[in-house]
Amino acid sequence: MSQSHGTTETRALPPAQPVRRWTPAKLLGVTLLGVWFLLALGVLLFLVNSWNPELFRRYAPEYLSGLWITLQLVGLSFLVGGVLSIPIAIGRRSTNRIVAAFSYGYVYFFRGTPLLAQTFLVYYGLGSFRPQFEAVGLWWFFREAWYCALFAFSLNTSAYQAEILRGAVDTIRYGQWEAAAALGLSRLQTLRKIILPQALLVALRPYGNELILLLKGSAIVAIITVYDLMGETRRAYARTFDFQTYIWAAFIYLSVVEVLRIATDRIERRLTRHLHR
Amino acid sequence: MDGVLTLLSFGPQGWSDEIAAGLLVTVSLALATLPFGLAVGYGVALGKLSGEPSLRLAANIFTTIFRGLPELLTLFLVFYGAQISIQRLLALAGVSAGIEINAFAAGMVALGAVFAAYASEVFVSAFRAIPPGQYEGAYAVGLSRWQTMRLVIMPQFIRIALPGLSNLWLILLKETALVSVIGLSDVLRQTSIAARVTKEAFLFFGIACLLYLVLALLSSVVLSAIERRVSRAGAMR
Repeated sequence: MSQSHGTTETRALPPAQPVRRWTPAKLLGVTLLGVWFLLALGVLLFLVNSWNPELFRRYAPEYLSGLWITLQLVGLSFLVGGVLSIPIAIGRRSTNRIVAAFSYGYVYFFRGTPLLAQTFLVYYGLGSFRPQFEAVGLWWFFREAWYCALFAFSLNTSAYQAEILRGAVDTIRYGQWEAAAALGLSRLQTLRKIILPQALLVALRPYGNELILLLKGSAIVAIITVYDLMGETRRAYARTFDFQTYIWAAFIYLSVVEVLRIATDRIERRLTRHLHR
Repeated sequence: MDGVLTLLSFGPQGWSDEIAAGLLVTVSLALATLPFGLAVGYGVALGKLSGEPSLRLAANIFTTIFRGLPELLTLFLVFYGAQISIQRLLALAGVSAGIEINAFAAGMVALGAVFAAYASEVFVSAFRAIPPGQYEGAYAVGLSRWQTMRLVIMPQFIRIALPGLSNLWLILLKETALVSVIGLSDVLRQTSIAARVTKEAFLFFGIACLLYLVLALLSSVVLSAIERRVSRAGAMR
């Protein structure tokens, strides 16, 4: 009754605007946004104030080459780590005790120690075995900081990726394997045609996160004198003592991470569109 | 072999006492960062769940920044940035003084902010995992808002959030290694010094890795004990 009465009235009048009150939450939110705004303004003013075309001309190409080195390092070690992760993931599921224990130890070591310590162990530590490496002709590899970083990062990410892969394959129910076997598919065919298409869908987001973590972790190669983006930044700061060098690096890292994050989101949404209703 | 044992002794020839001091710094930094990171992360999570759009936006800006920046860069931004801003502020006040920020404090702030950004995500998903019927049921039996939180929500919340937080703690433990770069004498810095002086790099960095592994192992023992403890009170599901 009252409803029909209400509808006739609302047809004539636009719905009433809700009263906007200053609740404590809103006060806090606006204050915090104000703090962010002031910070952004401060950074912007700082950048404008200390804008130096000379500095920009001098260091912009170096930042670009640093970014390229970073992307190369991350991309290559992610791929190499991805290939290495397959035998490790299989080893984790192996019924052979020794193989399973070895892959467990491998994953535990690389996930349990800091990437920085691992990089030091490879770059400085393996240098102690110089005569042995020279004897087998591998010294050229472990002499270069770049190759050492690539080596350490590949091993590190392979441990993480093995866990992602194993976890994703584990989410596929065993009935899928049985059904495929009942249809007469071999194990490899089952894996390739049935299991992996489903598992990789689950693994996509963790893979994206791992790529982002690796990109962020890659900043530490600057410490072992690889001139990646962070290395170039440190060099520029050491020469100019101008803090804006770090702020530029922060902008570049943030945008690369955001691009990666949005790309993963898009890809996932596209690939799982049959799952949404 | 004898030489190695001498290097690892606690005496003036050995490095074990230095490394043990570094271990203490690593552990105390991680332990000091934890409550700070948890408190900020909880606040950020409440902000993200708030009905107020401006509060959500402010919280989301926080996570975007601290999850997107490399931890090393965050550390440098805090360490040098705080130094420069304080110097500028002092200069405005007419005082010119060289200010040195404590590396421990810088590490705590930087690692704490990163920890908080990730922890807020864990908290948000833990809050979302608790069905609204739990609140409604608690109000229906006459519990106040505070009692509902303390008696009904928190026990479940902790149980759901704990695995994610354990993971973050292990990550935090590893990330403390970064403060060695700004000069704090943690495990990695002490072993680096030992490696440089004795030229036994593989030995000492191997020891550093082992120590981190031991810390991770000890933490997982403690964490699984806590997990058993909090899940004991829970209903069987």
